[in-house]
Amino acid sequence: MQTLRFRHTAKRRLSGKKDEAIIGVVASGNLEVLLERVLPEAACEVDIATPLSGYDETWKAVVAEFVERSSPGGLRISINDGGARPDTVYLRLMQGSALMEAE
Amino acid sequence: MADWQSEQRARGERLAAGSKFAAGKIVAPNDATALLEAVIRPKDRICLEGDNQKQADFLAACLAKADPKVLHDLHVVQSGIVLPEHIDLFEKGIAKKLDFSFSGPQSHAVPRVLKSGKVELGAIHTYIELFARYFVDLTPHVALSVARSADRQGNLYMGPNTEDSPSVIEATAFKAGIVVAQVNEIVDKLPRVDIPGDRVDFVVAAPKPFYVEPLFTRDPASITEIQILAAMMAIKGIYAEYGIKRLNHGIGFNTAAIELLLPTYAEKLGLKGKIATHWALNPHPTLIPAIESGWVKQIHSFGSEVGMDAYMRARSDIYFTGRDGSMSSNRMYCQLAGLYATDLFIGSTLQIDLNGNSSTVTTDRIAGFGGAPNMGSDAHGRRHPSEPWLKAGREAVDGHPQLMRGRKLVVQLVETFSEKMVPVFVEKLDSLELAEKFKLDLAPVMIYGDDVTHIVSEEGIANLLLCRTAEEREQAIRGIAGFTDVGRRRDRKMVERLRERKIIRRPEDLGINPLDAHRSMLAARSIKELMHWSGNLYDPPNKFRNW
Amino acid sequence: MEDVTTSGRASWFQATARQRVEGLLDPNSFTEFLGPSERVQSPHLHLFDLPSAFDDGVVIGRGKLDGKDVLVAAQEGQFMGGTFAEVSGAKLVGLVRAARDHRNLPQTVLLLMDSGGVRLQEANAGELAVAELMRAIVQARCAGVAVIALVGGRAGAFGGAGLTTATCSRVGVSEQGRIAVSGPEVIETNKGVEEFNAEDKALVWSTDGGKNRRLLGGADAFAEDSMEGFRAAAKALMAKVPAFDLKTMQAEQERLAARQKRFGACDDAVSMWRILGIKEPEAIRDMDSKEFTELANSIKECNHDAR
Repeated sequence: MQTLRFRHTAKRRLSGKKDEAIIGVVASGNLEVLLERVLPEAACEVDIATPLSGYDETWKAVVAEFVERSSPGGLRISINDGGARPDTVYLRLMQGSALMEAE
Repeated sequence: MADWQSEQRARGERLAAGSKFAAGKIVAPNDATALLEAVIRPKDRICLEGDNQKQADFLAACLAKADPKVLHDLHVVQSGIVLPEHIDLFEKGIAKKLDFSFSGPQSHAVPRVLKSGKVELGAIHTYIELFARYFVDLTPHVALSVARSADRQGNLYMGPNTEDSPSVIEATAFKAGIVVAQVNEIVDKLPRVDIPGDRVDFVVAAPKPFYVEPLFTRDPASITEIQILAAMMAIKGIYAEYGIKRLNHGIGFNTAAIELLLPTYAEKLGLKGKIATHWALNPHPTLIPAIESGWVKQIHSFGSEVGMDAYMRARSDIYFTGRDGSMSSNRMYCQLAGLYATDLFIGSTLQIDLNGNSSTVTTDRIAGFGGAPNMGSDAHGRRHPSEPWLKAGREAVDGHPQLMRGRKLVVQLVETFSEKMVPVFVEKLDSLELAEKFKLDLAPVMIYGDDVTHIVSEEGIANLLLCRTAEEREQAIRGIAGFTDVGRRRDRKMVERLRERKIIRRPEDLGINPLDAHRSMLAARSIKELMHWSGNLYDPPNKFRNW
Repeated sequence: MEDVTTSGRASWFQATARQRVEGLLDPNSFTEFLGPSERVQSPHLHLFDLPSAFDDGVVIGRGKLDGKDVLVAAQEGQFMGGTFAEVSGAKLVGLVRAARDHRNLPQTVLLLMDSGGVRLQEANAGELAVAELMRAIVQARCAGVAVIALVGGRAGAFGGAGLTTATCSRVGVSEQGRIAVSGPEVIETNKGVEEFNAEDKALVWSTDGGKNRRLLGGADAFAEDSMEGFRAAAKALMAKVPAFDLKTMQAEQERLAARQKRFGACDDAVSMWRILGIKEPEAIRDMDSKEFTELANSIKECNHDAR
């Protein structure tokens, strides 16, 4: 198992009142994303546990694109990856931050 | 004196040899191998039907049991290398030369047997190319066909699985060839005559009904949100934009998603009657909801599909139907329909390069071409205009040239990665490596980039018609290649400029929120729901019945 | 905004465990125990280079169904086949034992089964958990707790999950659900494809599927494949839970012996249904749930306190 960690500073704190959300399932080609509003200000941390190695650059690009699009400031995001494709990862992250923005 | 009747005479000799095993035209199953050994000669060109659907499986097994001392060096000229027995013919030395079109189920065995030196490969064709050559330089000496039933005069009934038989048998029968058919049963009166007995020499009632592959059934339960997103973009960004009424869908989950979004998403967009009315299409079960909702005027089919017989019978306004009430398919005619009478082809593929060339070849499998290269091509011989065709033609040129031509829309609908994290967008097609490995004259390309008009991925639509340079084309493709290496190497500034010129359109540019793409938008979410849509007329094959 | 994945008509079969819990219970009534942020995960899977889940594939907690307090457990069939393992098993066992021991907790436990059995990577812990769970269910039932199994997910209830299901007070099942012990592939491998063709889905479902289970009396209620279908079935089952005593156990044994005698010679489900007196057994397969539910309710064998 490989673990990756990315730290970003988002443009702003993510709006909404939810403290915690979970989306997705750990299954082949899928992933589970846990989002917790526990970090200060616009800090954002993404922790990934994945069984596949050699995709560090791809994860980095997906996370960077997500942070740029969604501005998830204040979120600690933890991922259990079942070998999902990058587009699926991106979709789940966007779905997760949409859940957290709920009022 | 010159002999101008030698073929007819040879045919007479073969018939005489075969008649020893026949009562009239009827041959007992136990005598089938002996019959084949009697009517086939070494070096003959033979065709075992079918391609990707019905199979003359009993005759294939009988031929594979022939004595290689009697039958050898045969030249196989058939569209499908599908059954293990087809490969056996080469392993056993019964066949030596090969010209074919499709080998999906044997896509790993074909490279293996090529490497073994037991096969002299002529060429890999498309379906209609091969059938066309039946009339020029690859006419079969013997055709082994397959039908549902025959009468004692040798008339054949095929029902919805008419497929290629009329083309194969016409070429063979009218050039002094021998036609043998396996049937499920011999009856006194046929529901209708698909092949006249004049063209059929011998008939064998096989011990088991012939095998048909359920190739065109896709379980809606497997359609993903990402495929739904791409389908939404295709509908709004292409079908609606160009007003596509006449079309052909290749088979796949992505196109199945489009079919299932017509009664829901496309309905909400007010597109009923404006798109997707006239089809060149196999009887996809996933089109049932759209048919039931009144979207479809008519469909002509290349072949049939397992489980759809009763539904098609009850919907004769939609499908081409014989006097007996059952559907009649014809691959040759439907391919022509796709070439000249539709305005759009859309299908999926395994690899796309920076010119838009696409291929389903990987270095360890050869699946052939089937019909896609013809469906996915712009037919230059077309002359009649239509709005979509003219609009696409105008997009491809600058200004208003005096001599204008239209363009058929050829759309590749893909996800940026296929299963197992393999990128679809690549710098160089695997096909090139395969060509070197097997010393092929041509690197197998399914659809050439200069025929492709649009590529749709979950990241957006690239309109290649509007590109004017190779560099624009390359960046347009990189701009929708997502997180693949090809996509990550994009020139971001150039991609933004292409987006401003609408060469690249993202979901947001089409007014689509990617998070809205949801399975609940599908008119049917399971095979069972398709069955209910059909009023229980659709009878799904057992392997799809998880209830 | 209503979430389409948990609305009344949403498919139970295609839903995740979390979606089922939300779709089944009254809105906003669910409190999770040992939720994902507590990260009580499998200590073993990483040794096999397999990803783990924050909840090890089981969601437990309490909530309300039609105003009545319930404890709920839902297995996630998509994660490792919903299998019993050290953590996933302990969560189930702990929940049932808590109901057994504490009168102040809801005395109804809903088990949303979706499991192929024991997790091979944690086999000993998994087997132990199945045994502990079955014992806990029996003890809880003795103490008057209603333990209700709801089966309708993709993994079905096989192996230890099948045994667990049969130990419950009441069983609700949908057409897509399956309840059995040996899996179809195992039967085919051991007895040959002539005996049981695992690829023939129609055969598998006619044998192990919800309709057959309901008709033979192995399930007490038939649910439509939707959130509201399972809500209705759960409500109906909760309303009438039989006593759990020696008399019931003896009646159950007699009933099973009679069932064995009556159907033992049958080769397939259709012949069993014919013996039950069903006029057109071939029509069962495609019969809709309303018609099927009425038919099942009218057959004496299906409706019996001692299942």
